[in-house]
Amino acid sequence: MDRKTRDRIVYWAVWLACFAPFVWLAAQAALGELGANPIERLIRQLGVWGLRLLIVGLAITPAARIFRQPRLIRFRRTIGLFAFAYVSAHLLTYVGVDQYFDLAAVWRDILKRPFITLGMLGFVLLIPLAVTSTNGMIRRLGPQAWRRLHWLIYAIVPLGVVHYYLLVKADHRPPLVYGAIVLALLGWRVVERLRSLRPS
Amino acid sequence: MLIRNGRGLTENDVTPHEIYLRRREFMAAGLAAGLGLAGGAAAAPLAFRPSKWSTDEKRTKLEDITGYNNFYEFGVDKDDPAKNAGRLKTSPWTIQIEGECAKPGRYTLEDILKTAPLEERIYRLRCVEGWSMVIPWIGFPLAALIGRVQPTSKAKFVSFETLMRPDQMIGQRSPYLDWPYREGLRIDEAVNPLTIMAVGLYGQTLPNQNGAPIRLVVPWKYGFKSIKSVVKIRLQETQPKTTWQMLNAREYGFYSNVNPAVDHPRWSQANERRIGEFRRRETLLFNGYGDQVASMYRGMDLRKFY
Repeated sequence: MDRKTRDRIVYWAVWLACFAPFVWLAAQAALGELGANPIERLIRQLGVWGLRLLIVGLAITPAARIFRQPRLIRFRRTIGLFAFAYVSAHLLTYVGVDQYFDLAAVWRDILKRPFITLGMLGFVLLIPLAVTSTNGMIRRLGPQAWRRLHWLIYAIVPLGVVHYYLLVKADHRPPLVYGAIVLALLGWRVVERLRSLRPS
Repeated sequence: MLIRNGRGLTENDVTPHEIYLRRREFMAAGLAAGLGLAGGAAAAPLAFRPSKWSTDEKRTKLEDITGYNNFYEFGVDKDDPAKNAGRLKTSPWTIQIEGECAKPGRYTLEDILKTAPLEERIYRLRCVEGWSMVIPWIGFPLAALIGRVQPTSKAKFVSFETLMRPDQMIGQRSPYLDWPYREGLRIDEAVNPLTIMAVGLYGQTLPNQNGAPIRLVVPWKYGFKSIKSVVKIRLQETQPKTTWQMLNAREYGFYSNVNPAVDHPRWSQANERRIGEFRRRETLLFNGYGDQVASMYRGMDLRKFY
């Protein structure tokens, strides 16, 4: 198998892995297998998958460096856009299905409930990253400005974790696990940065 | 016309008088055996009479009532209790009744079931998380049980405790709540005719995930007040500490009456999703039981005493 074919296969495997939770949720919804409160389950699952993919996206750069696999970087955009798709579906299900487009109620929620305020902020910050994900936009912005803009992800992912933490009633261990992973991924960057600054 | 009666029947065929006199005990024992069986997943049918306090709203499906539960003793996800509660052994079962009463003691479930005849109470249940169900409980008024132990004039509050048994209740191995689960009512709330101790639903003994073998049901308060698998009832002079209030007093008050005007910090309480329905519906003050309960709170600031 030549390298190009192999790349293709790997790319589609990643794409399918990202898409699989959507298919799984859609199938469960169609079969009525989402339990007694399907809307709540759907919102929760879409949100959790959005957060997981955001974290996977954050892990790519460290993984590429640590395992000396620079070509891993090419998956970052796909994973990031899938994360955006899940987060958008999560939000849309809350606004459209759960609240039935009662935008006044949604606005009250945003103002009043910190977990919704922070989740919403995270989503709003994700929009410019999704919009500027095309090659054309990267060129137009210039790599330097594009990179700076995309540093926003370092705020967005923690916002997602805090959003999750705040909505949990009692058992905070799952969001704390996500938080620890995010902390490690951000911590690695800080260490790398300090190392590169140190005169050798 | 000659009436032939009792073909060949003798005095020996008649139920002996001493056994006849104990007939109620046998019935209670049979009922208790049924409740015990519930621990092994098999539900047993119960005898009950209807109640004027029942709603005629459409009842929530049995599989939703038994498959979507908040019972943190068995895990925090809604389907955890159905998965994990089967291990709980509910027989033998006793309730320790103590504190400000003339007849404290350890009462067996068999004995407690003799307190009053069972009734079906079809009640709305509103969870603080914004969903609701309509559940046909089988139970008897808590007032009857409290009356039996003769509370003293110092009995101003009633506190309740759930069983603590981490080897069978796997959620209790993690300290996310301060086990055992505790709840409480003011004495007038406890003896309100709507307040029941439930031992069954849909005509059968309670499944473990719904609080077998015996639980409290207070239909005008958020669901977490209706404590499950009760092993201790205490009459006392001071307001008891309750589990969710201890965890987060700003979010969960002692009263926790259903009230669309008083928001929970994380959820609007203005409306709710009835399980099985698509659109949210308006939440009613006192969960629609205002006629029976509002007078108990006259003059109280319900925002302050949430």
